[in-house]
Amino acid sequence: MEADSKPKKSGARLCCVCNQNRAALKRPKTLEQVLSSTSPSVWECFYAVFEEEIHQVILENQLFKPGERIAIGASGGKDSTVLAYVLSELNRRHNYGLDLFLLSVDEGITGYRDDSLETVKRNELQYGLPLKIVSYKDLYGWTMDEIVKMIGLKNNCTFCGVFRRQALDRGAALLKVDKVATGHNADDIAETVLLNILRGDIASFNSEFINIRFSLWLMLGCQNLNKFSTYAYFKKLDYFSTECIYSPNAYRGFAREFIKDLERIRPRAILDIIKSGEDFRISTATKMPEQGTCERCGYISSQKWCKACVLLERLNRGLPKLGIGRNQGLNSDGKKDGKRDSRTPSTESKQCGSLEF
Amino acid sequence: MACNSSTCNSSGCYKGYEEEEQPKPNTKAAVNGGNSCQNLCVKCKVNEPVCCGIGGENSRFCKDCFKNNLYGKFKQAVTYNAMITPPDKVLVAFSGGPSSRVVLQFVHEMQYKAQKNYDANKDKSLPVFGVGVAFIDESSTHSLTSQHIEKAIEDIRLIVSNLAPPSKELFVVPIESIFSSDGIDGKERLKELLDAVSDVTGKEDLLIHLRILLLQKIASENGYTRIVLGSCTSRIACHVISATVKGQGYSLSADIQYVDSRWEIPVVLPLRDCPAQELNTLCSLDGSLKIVELLNGPCSGINGLVSSFVKVLQEENPSRECTIVRTAGKLTPFHFNRVPEIHDSNVPSATRRHQKRYTLKPNGSLSSNSFCPICNSPLKKSNFPSSLRSHGSQQNPDLFASACSSCQFQILPKDPSLMEEFLSLLPQQMITKAKHGDQGNFSLLR
Repeated sequence: MEADSKPKKSGARLCCVCNQNRAALKRPKTLEQVLSSTSPSVWECFYAVFEEEIHQVILENQLFKPGERIAIGASGGKDSTVLAYVLSELNRRHNYGLDLFLLSVDEGITGYRDDSLETVKRNELQYGLPLKIVSYKDLYGWTMDEIVKMIGLKNNCTFCGVFRRQALDRGAALLKVDKVATGHNADDIAETVLLNILRGDIASFNSEFINIRFSLWLMLGCQNLNKFSTYAYFKKLDYFSTECIYSPNAYRGFAREFIKDLERIRPRAILDIIKSGEDFRISTATKMPEQGTCERCGYISSQKWCKACVLLERLNRGLPKLGIGRNQGLNSDGKKDGKRDSRTPSTESKQCGSLEF
Repeated sequence: MACNSSTCNSSGCYKGYEEEEQPKPNTKAAVNGGNSCQNLCVKCKVNEPVCCGIGGENSRFCKDCFKNNLYGKFKQAVTYNAMITPPDKVLVAFSGGPSSRVVLQFVHEMQYKAQKNYDANKDKSLPVFGVGVAFIDESSTHSLTSQHIEKAIEDIRLIVSNLAPPSKELFVVPIESIFSSDGIDGKERLKELLDAVSDVTGKEDLLIHLRILLLQKIASENGYTRIVLGSCTSRIACHVISATVKGQGYSLSADIQYVDSRWEIPVVLPLRDCPAQELNTLCSLDGSLKIVELLNGPCSGINGLVSSFVKVLQEENPSRECTIVRTAGKLTPFHFNRVPEIHDSNVPSATRRHQKRYTLKPNGSLSSNSFCPICNSPLKKSNFPSSLRSHGSQQNPDLFASACSSCQFQILPKDPSLMEEFLSLLPQQMITKAKHGDQGNFSLLR
């Protein structure tokens, strides 16, 4: 698998960390010149910078307190593998005093999730972090494969995203952890900002709405995607690198491709998108969802029923279009609005309150 | 016009228009068989449809209804936002493309109707607003032959002269006139200025900023009170994305409203609700709407990339541009995104009341914005430059410190030693702004 190490012309510049060896890797984020070579031991400068930056973000934002139990959302992919590795390293090196766990979600996607879960099980042994797996089948009674069979290949990502977020929360509760750390990187967040603009979801920009348990994306949000690939690859971390088999149909693909093209012209644009997202002027008068609880399952929800319950109801009743598009929910006695349903277009803006992560 | 998005709120959108019960008088429909599509204009149900709106099969119009639909959106934008009132003199920025051709046509038709009313009216109480046209000749920045540009200017003169009565003054102004000295000096200075900008996107954007400054200059020197741009939904959607990408999320809401009064002469966007596709269709349907093609070449850099991106999205879902603009419309505008209050007693009191009711309440806390001297975007308070950075004296404003982060990156020179030279190349208006922006900081130092 290829590593995007972005080598630039080396010239006579020295690595800005050790000032000894020749520099050949330029970090788009800081434009520092860091070392590159075929010899693995000589990558130390890059690792050091990468790890140190994450450490600084943790300190500056006071993300953790000693004694806390932290679940690391682990998919087996490079981002979460790097996160697990670095976090346990820093925990050890700087004595954070944290109890770390791996938390993995099994969506029930054959040929993808079953393979990546094997990777996570190996990570459990390699990093010595206890692993908990929560599955859609146990939580909801449906696997993604079954869902796709039922509703087809459009909008399946909606189901998966909603279910996964709740699954992580449930798993976190089972582990009795204080916080969940996810490996979202800057590219992911930039994609989400764009997606929210494209699909009319202005409520997501309001930071008050983002549950504090998931605000740890800040930690890795400062790092660009490629640094993860580079780090993971050269550190020879064990990770799984195939895309979800259903992802080609995801709308996020548009945003992702655009961002990749953008990065080629102007690498700092990714961070600029995030900055824009933070700077958007959202008035307090804009109707923001109120945080309440779901009547059916008790999860946090801005409506009577949480989105997962709405979608589940739909699946169980064999009516997959409920919860997607215009017809967003159920009215108070659970009956769906059948007349409006027939005009529901397939790709529509999502209701306020649904997070796109 | 029906729009595929069931939540589209743009004015004039007929949501989910049902037409299943239409009788099918001719064989064409019978041949089309299972699809019970009508073969009549969805609006008047009399004529045969000749084109489709954004809504595709649900929005087939005959020529007149199609045009009236677009004109209706234009008219509503103008009235709702009190863009043009009787005492105004309106300068239409004309680039030759379909959007500016349509906006010019619509402004003309509105003026024509007003003139007729005036003539028919005994007491002559409502004067008719004046209209002028400005074309900015940017041939010094690209490589079109002078023959090509002269032909284009000829065509434009013809178009404008045909739009009389009432007659309209045409200004054909070369972009280098933005500098006080034009002619050869101006051309040279412009070339030097653009060459000093290394970033491709920065160059394009700087040209856009110069363009709007020149429009301001023309309007101001000739007594115009409004500048009309033909910016359509599509262009605004692209701007939303490109501003986000350039880190201009804070100032974005200032650029996409119907009215922008930051400038000395307020700028209005009456075609904000019209998609480019429909404007193009209108121009191709109506032979009198001749477009003047001035191929400046496709935008490169970020602007070009965003343009292609939005195009791809639009192909996937024809109402995507609508959604983007609507989403961005939920961002809070600024206090200057409304027409200045009308105190003229010539304006009917109904219009004044209407304007008062529908324009935004000014938010006191925001009235102390400072602006980037280059792109005029409002600066976020926390972005106030630290005066410690400034190495400029009181005579030479610290341009870098007073600019927004986007201009700092893509327009200003990276090397601080080149800053002074760059400053000398900028037009006077930007330098003045930089000076005023800076004085605020110096007063803090004392």
